[in-house]
Amino acid sequence: MNHPGSIIPGLLNIVLGLAFLMAAAALLTWVERRLLGFFQDRPGPNRAGPFGSLQVVADGIKLLFKQDWIPPFADPAVFVLAPAIAMVTVMLAIAVIPATPVIGIIGNLNVGLLFFLAMSGLGVYSVVLAGWSSNNKFSLLGGMRAAAQMVSYEVFMGLSLVGVVMLSGSFNLTDIIHSQRHLWYVVPQFIGFVIFFMGGIAETHRLPFDLPEGESELGAGFHTEYSGMKFGMFFVGEYIGIILVSAMTTVLFLGGWYGPFLPPFMWFGIKTGFFVAFFILLRAALPRPRYDQFMSFGWKLLLPLTLLNILVTGALILGLPGPS
Amino acid sequence: MNTTFEISAVVAVLATLMMITRPSAVHALLYLTVSLLAAAMVFFVLGAPFAAALEVIIYAGAIMVLFVFIIMMLNIGDAAAALESTWLQPSTWIGPSVLALLLAIELGSLAVTGGLARPAGSVVNAQAVGLALIGPYMLAVEIASFLLLAALVAAFHLGRAVMREE
Repeated sequence: MNHPGSIIPGLLNIVLGLAFLMAAAALLTWVERRLLGFFQDRPGPNRAGPFGSLQVVADGIKLLFKQDWIPPFADPAVFVLAPAIAMVTVMLAIAVIPATPVIGIIGNLNVGLLFFLAMSGLGVYSVVLAGWSSNNKFSLLGGMRAAAQMVSYEVFMGLSLVGVVMLSGSFNLTDIIHSQRHLWYVVPQFIGFVIFFMGGIAETHRLPFDLPEGESELGAGFHTEYSGMKFGMFFVGEYIGIILVSAMTTVLFLGGWYGPFLPPFMWFGIKTGFFVAFFILLRAALPRPRYDQFMSFGWKLLLPLTLLNILVTGALILGLPGPS
Repeated sequence: MNTTFEISAVVAVLATLMMITRPSAVHALLYLTVSLLAAAMVFFVLGAPFAAALEVIIYAGAIMVLFVFIIMMLNIGDAAAALESTWLQPSTWIGPSVLALLLAIELGSLAVTGGLARPAGSVVNAQAVGLALIGPYMLAVEIASFLLLAALVAAFHLGRAVMREE
């Protein structure tokens, strides 16, 4: 599907987008470790190549040459399916994000926002099935935590976006960006913005919300039995998930590609990169909460807050004389 | 678009058949999820993108995950799968086959009389769905919300009772 007035054909957009995404996700493994080193006052990986940037290549070669092992007690079909779901769902969700007016695969999809929510909903299967098919106590506990955590935080994530949809009057991500030309939604929808970002962290199960793989309690959680490139696929899926949530936050709350002086692509990259760095800072700075604290925080604080946000937004839209 | 519709329809039917015949509960649920995704695709092709998105978010993304969650909590292993496969005797198929045959006859007669003509290809968007829910189907929405509230209160009560025993 091509945008009107686009000079880049759709297929080229898909191929380039995919290549860029994979490269970015691979590079992010290095960026994350360097930044973590910086935040924690230590060097980080600095041996392979300039500033350690060839660490990505070394890790990739190591993962590919590892034995591709399926435990004999596992359910083989589901065991192989789970990492594939992890990658496919996040990459499909990236397709609806319009990076600039011409870069983006189906940025004009009329249910784009819902498609993103649907794909993050399906992403739960990867973790849950990995935990179940490994046939291992730690994995099973990790998978069960993941199911409860991701289904719960999906609720708040979806509800926190209702305010944005009410203000822009559309599920179409391109329309949502256009309606932020004068005021980014991070200002009128600040509560929605914070809750969406927290939901995004819980959906990508990153620290501090990485309870499905909390190594102090569960070994490696749902991916305890995974090794080689199947483990690598979970990892790449997680990093693309970080990029996805950062890009969605940019699109929904920070006006997407709008900004002065610089070209649209640069603005989108800067805003997304800011959130990616923030993800990594959170990992370096915050401890992991206990599981029951984490769940009751969601249901007892975030849910009432999102509902209140929807109520107030609706009342203001009705009460104030709007342009519509 | 017709080819997409046909492929999705075939996938939906095949996945549902596989779902019924799998002895392992998790495998059956996975096929059911595939069937729901294919049904969502059918909705999309028929011009109801909002219904398609809701089908994926609510059925495939939430309800089915909860099913898998419960199965994981019960930890149904190979023993249950073996028991299940003893239940799938040929004689079990008689009753459902008669019912399915009745449905097939109904479908066939509709196809012959031309009752299956596709509705005009107008897109039903989110606004239309919302207006229909608040307008003509108001009573159904209210009744459904009563039911959900009752379920919520019941679940809360059960959860509290367990906590007091500890």
